[in-house]
Formats: sequence, structure tokens, C-alpha cells
Amino acid sequence: MASMDGSEPLPPPRPVWDDDAIERLLARLLQAGVLLSTLLVLAGGIVFLLHHGRATPQYSHFTGEPAELSNVAGIIRSAFRGDGRGLIQLGLLVLVATPVLRVAGSLAAFVVLKDRTYMVLTSVVLLLLASSLVAVVF
Amino acid sequence: MTTLEVTVLIAAGAFLAGLLGALTGLGGGVVIVPLLTLVFGIDFRYAVGASLVSVIATSSGAAVAYVREGYTNVRLGMLLEVATTIGALFGATLAGWIAPSALAVVFGLVLLGSAWFAAQPRPERVVESPDPLATRLRLDGTYPSLQGEKHYHVQRVPLGFGIMAGAGALSGMLGIGSGALKVLAMDQAMCLPFKVSTTTSNFMIGVTAAASAGIYLARGYVDPGLAMPVVLGVLAGATLGARVLATTRSALLRVIFAIVVGVLGVEMIINGFHGRV
Repeated sequence: MASMDGSEPLPPPRPVWDDDAIERLLARLLQAGVLLSTLLVLAGGIVFLLHHGRATPQYSHFTGEPAELSNVAGIIRSAFRGDGRGLIQLGLLVLVATPVLRVAGSLAAFVVLKDRTYMVLTSVVLLLLASSLVAVVF
Repeated sequence: MTTLEVTVLIAAGAFLAGLLGALTGLGGGVVIVPLLTLVFGIDFRYAVGASLVSVIATSSGAAVAYVREGYTNVRLGMLLEVATTIGALFGATLAGWIAPSALAVVFGLVLLGSAWFAAQPRPERVVESPDPLATRLRLDGTYPSLQGEKHYHVQRVPLGFGIMAGAGALSGMLGIGSGALKVLAMDQAMCLPFKVSTTTSNFMIGVTAAASAGIYLARGYVDPGLAMPVVLGVLAGATLGARVLATTRSALLRVIFAIVVGVLGVEMIINGFHGRV
């Protein structure tokens, strides 16, 4: 991060993000998130199929998911009970969180760069994401 | 069929979709919903919910490779995400009020558009002169090429922003990545080099999908038993596809994919009109 001085408006050859340590760290976090999510979904899938593998699936009629699989508290509760569907859903929550994490990381990067315009824009994106996730949290 | 059998078949189909999506650069998301609804007879809402989470999986999964390559324009991505996330929230909310059969018709039209898009030659339109708004927003950048670092100047920011809002709305409404529309906005309207538009689009797809995912989850569209084989299958297919990408980017594959997508589009429209979706 040698060229991160953002105090003056920079001419076109500006510091390139790609060499940024923050970007690389974020990529690692994303990778870890996807891996964790995959493991949870896989584990949950095995438990689910062991218990319900022989039943007939009911995917052709929409009934919606029960509260314990459509909000965060319920999902965590059923996942910790060892319920297969709860574990899968927890894995999916982790998956949904990965891009949110990336935006949050970018916000931190823009703060370091003292880039006001993009601090504001990134905060707006983060708020929009939060407004959607509010429905799942409560 | 039992749940186990259906799960295995769906995982195999999703794997194929992810593989083809990565190989053709069009993303597999667009064929997941037709696969689930037309082939497996799954309810449109469950299909859209499963598809949307698989879109996030491929986007976040590919991000690592793309960051290493280093072409992503994070400023541009963030600016356009304001448009895509607003669009996605609007689209996902709207989807709750529209009958699934009507959404299926819209989906079919998007598939036809994607097929047409895949078959089109798209010239790279890198422009030499800077655009005042893009300069003020510091959107211009460089990318590595065989001739060393190359500069590019972003053009027509408001047009790109507008197309992105539309892409976000379609993504939220139909549970797809809208990758084709995103790339169209970036390399045709905003004149970005392909490598920059593809990687920046991938970065944005995950964020856009995450914006509608909350609404889908809360509405009970995401069924874990169904999403499990879709996410795992697409992720495995896309990962394998990205590995072999360097060796086999055949034009023939694009044509085949375009035909498949076009046929699925017609099927979706017919089924939508007959209320069978």
C-alpha cells in the first residue's frame, strides 16, 4: 500500500486496487466464506438425505418455508439442533453474507484511501443490503 | 421419485449448467430456473430462490481467481452497485405481486435475449478520449496486456447506470445474475475492455443477488432441500469450468449454449402462457 495517498485528486495513473493488500485479504475472506458455506450445506445435505431421502419431495407445490428456516434466529436454532435443513440454511446464510462482507471491506479500503465520494457510495450500497437483510433478521 | 433420486439428478443438471456457464462466460444461473421448472416440475418460486443463492456461490467462488488477475475496477463496480441493488430490491419486491406464470413469460423473453446476445459478435470498443463525468468520478483505470499496462477511459456513465438498474431489477425478479446485461452495459455502453467488464461484472453479480436474497429468504422461497443440490452442483461445475477455461473457449460451445437457451426461452413462454409454470 505504498501509493495510498488520496488527499489530492489524483491524475489518471492512480493507485491500482489490484495490488492492494486489502483486496487480496478480501478475496481470501470470500474464499473462506464460500468454503465454510459449502461444508455446512454438504453436512446438512447428508443429514437431510439420511432422514428424508426416501420420502417424496414436495417441490411442485409452493407452501413457503416455516419461520424456523426463514429467519436468522430460527435457522441458527435448528442448525444447532443438528437438523439437516437448518444446517443447509445456515450455510446459505453464510453464502449470502460473503458479498456483504466484500462491500464492507471495500468501505474500509475507501476510508483508508480517504476517498469521500466512494465512502458515501459504498455506505449507500451497504445500507441497501442491510435493508433487505432486515427481513431475515427479524 | 424419492428425494434422494431427485437430489442427485438436480445436482447433475446444476453441475452441467455451472460448467457450460463458466465455459461460455454467460453464467449458469440463467438455465437453472428453466431446468428446475420445465424438467423437474418444481414451483417457480422455489426454483427462483435456489437459483439466486447459486448465483452468489459462483460469484464469490470466482472472485479469488479474478482478484489475482487484477482487472476488477472496484470504484466503477461500487458506483454501479448503487443502481443494481436498488433495482434488485425493487425487482424482488415486485416479484411477490406478480403471478408466477407471468414471471415465466418475462423469464422466457430474457432467455431469448440472452441467446441472441450470446450469438452476437461484440467488438471491443476501447476509447482514447476521457469523459468528464468519468474523470470526475475517477473511474478510468489500467489493465495489464501483452503490450504492458493499458489505459482505458470509461464512457457514458449515466447510460451504463440506467442499464444496470434494469439488470438489477431482472436479477431480483427472476433470481438470475443478469451477467449478460451487465457485460453489455459495461463493454458496449461504457466502453470497458472485456477483461475489466467480465471481472467487474462478476464482483457485482454477488452483491446484486445478496440484495434480493434477504427478501427471498424471508418470503420462504429458499427451500434448503432443493437449494442444496443446486448450489453444490453449480459451484462444482463452475469451478471445473474455470479450470479448463484457458484451453477450450470454443465458438461452437457458445452457439450450442445459445441454441439451448433459446429453446428453453420458447418453452418458458409457452408454459407461462398456459399457466403451467
